[in-house]
Amino acid sequence: MSIWINEDSKVLVQGITGSQGTFHATRMVEYGTDVVGGVTPGKGGQVVELPGRDVPVFSSMLQAVTETDADVSVIYVPARFAAAAIIEAADAFKEIKGEGLIVCITEGIPTLDMIRCVGHISDMQGIRLIGPNCPGIITPGKNGGCKVGIMPGYIHAKGRIGIISKSGTLTYEAVAQTMSVGEGQTTCIGIGGDPVSGTGFIDCLAAFEEDPETEAVVIIGEIGGTAEEDAAAWVADNFSKPIVGFVAGATAPPGKRMGHAGAIISGGKGTAEEKFAAFEAAGIHIARDPSKIGEVLLRVLIEAGLRES
Amino acid sequence: MRIVERRTWSRAGVNIHEYQGKALFREEGVAVQDGVHCTTVEQALEAYDALGSKVVAVKSQIHAGGRGKGSLYCPNTGDLLMEGGVKIAFSREEVETYANNILGHVLVTKQSGPEGKMVNNLYIEAGCDIAHEYYLAILVDREEDAILVMASTEGGMDIEEVAEKTPEAIHKAWTDSSGKLPPEAGSAMAESLGLVGASQDSFTEMLDRLVYMFVSRDCSMIEINPLVRAGDGSMIALDSKVSFDDNASFKHPWRAELRDMSEEEEVEVRANKSGLSYVKLDGNIGCLVNGAGLAMASMDVIKLYGGEPANFLDIGGGANKESITTAFGIILEDPHVEGILVNIFGGIIRCDMVARSIIDASREVGLSVPLVVRFSGTNHVEGRTVLEESALEVTTVSTLADGAEAIVAAIEEVRV
Repeated sequence: MSIWINEDSKVLVQGITGSQGTFHATRMVEYGTDVVGGVTPGKGGQVVELPGRDVPVFSSMLQAVTETDADVSVIYVPARFAAAAIIEAADAFKEIKGEGLIVCITEGIPTLDMIRCVGHISDMQGIRLIGPNCPGIITPGKNGGCKVGIMPGYIHAKGRIGIISKSGTLTYEAVAQTMSVGEGQTTCIGIGGDPVSGTGFIDCLAAFEEDPETEAVVIIGEIGGTAEEDAAAWVADNFSKPIVGFVAGATAPPGKRMGHAGAIISGGKGTAEEKFAAFEAAGIHIARDPSKIGEVLLRVLIEAGLRES
Repeated sequence: MRIVERRTWSRAGVNIHEYQGKALFREEGVAVQDGVHCTTVEQALEAYDALGSKVVAVKSQIHAGGRGKGSLYCPNTGDLLMEGGVKIAFSREEVETYANNILGHVLVTKQSGPEGKMVNNLYIEAGCDIAHEYYLAILVDREEDAILVMASTEGGMDIEEVAEKTPEAIHKAWTDSSGKLPPEAGSAMAESLGLVGASQDSFTEMLDRLVYMFVSRDCSMIEINPLVRAGDGSMIALDSKVSFDDNASFKHPWRAELRDMSEEEEVEVRANKSGLSYVKLDGNIGCLVNGAGLAMASMDVIKLYGGEPANFLDIGGGANKESITTAFGIILEDPHVEGILVNIFGGIIRCDMVARSIIDASREVGLSVPLVVRFSGTNHVEGRTVLEESALEVTTVSTLADGAEAIVAAIEEVRV
């Protein structure tokens, strides 16, 4: 088991004819993802060559979902078109299937575009958005698996740890940490660090709580906002599995934006210290050094009786 | 309380000066006093004559809040020249004195940092008959995924203080998914501020116009402190702090003209042009990392091992030889840097490409401090081999903790 995607998921690539789209569609197929087609407005009828398969390009998501019966769409279109692409995907999934997962990799989408987008989707039962500005989601399988995004697939392995992270490469670090103690992953989700985005920590945690194969979770937060504090408060009342947590940005000075727009301490709020404290108060096991996430996870698994040594 | 944390006027967006914000207010039909932007004392005096107002405000224009309570210093001698970066002048002579004390001098405020900011721009504004001062702000509420309007009767005050001591004095309303305030929200807010009759109408109309401006111009914040009720009951924006969402700049070419480059860190702008995200810090260990989260984590780990990071630097997903060379150059420009830690978790970026770029860059910029490189992910073995087979003096490690430990030790060794 896993959450939201598995080896049977059928995936569309929005922006498949662009260089990023083609590049990552290729990597996804190499990993084992069932890419069934792509969308680029005005290029319907073309075919994109991917390893071992040629996939059709459609001009609209409505047509693409109708023809391919896809469950998932991943978006690699430029920032100025990305919000419209998300809404198009949501409407198409809703109309044809009543449900669907949209993963938006694009970074640099205007915040107010995202507010409109999230507002549009929030009323749509069954439609889930991950991102934007994120590495995507991956469920490693026995042979390959399902990778929807830009993460290096080969660092993952099927296992029992769920990973949720606001950051990109730091997610890979967390994956490597679980691997360093011989643990694989059920599903890893990069939720993105933008101020306004789709799926948050709590949505992911709720899904991992329900997933019988996930036995422990690693959660990677970042300075800015209160998503970590909110997640911690939710965990205290609703989550039964062990969690290891890290928050990046303990040394970041207030008022300076660290890379993405979400990572900023303002008015003295949103500090790593507050987030670590909230984690601890909720019974989350913290690792202050990300190179020690594996070590802490191992200890936690042993304490929980999930591992001998 | 948690609302206020997102209010800081900072590098989260593209900032503009008060006088520029007020020009936009005028375009949008938001009431402001007459005022003139000046860069010299002569212009300030001409502005005073032209405004025809006996009383005027003489206002320093810098991209930092707390100007009224700031202090002006001479940049050469460090002498204190005047308390208060915003002055009320009752005569032509006072305008001259204040303008002289402000222009070309350094204003230090609570938000400017201890080094302060050089004031090159001045705004002379007609005086105003104030019955009461209010606070108004519009910003993005990331927890609610909506635009938030905050108002308080405690204008002129530090809003953080109000939020702390009397959170009930702050009134809030959110836009719906169409980006508009619900029709009753504006009048409800006016009522909770105690505004009635013509003042209420004036307030709700202004609010609609400001929300429209926020949305149509992709702002990240509009703050008016104080917003005043004048003697005649009308509402006037006596201040303006406007910042824009940089991600939306492609929609708004007019913004380019409003940018004051003297307010921005030159090196950060230069880094940006090469696709790098750089923030200078106070430590001695330069960092070069791919990914913002990993870059912050690298800084944190350096600190855990007894070092101090000299910078935040994310080379981004599209890094190449040129941008990595630029990154090394920028790190080494900082005279405090005594060592460099490179931390790459290869995904799309291949470690062997980074290794070759490091070798070229170190030749080009003349690397003179210890270098520790941690590679993981795509082609990390090849990357290490490339470095180890080169003539470059470099320590390679496989974990971030080892990297931090190694660079701290290497700097100690050089010092001994």
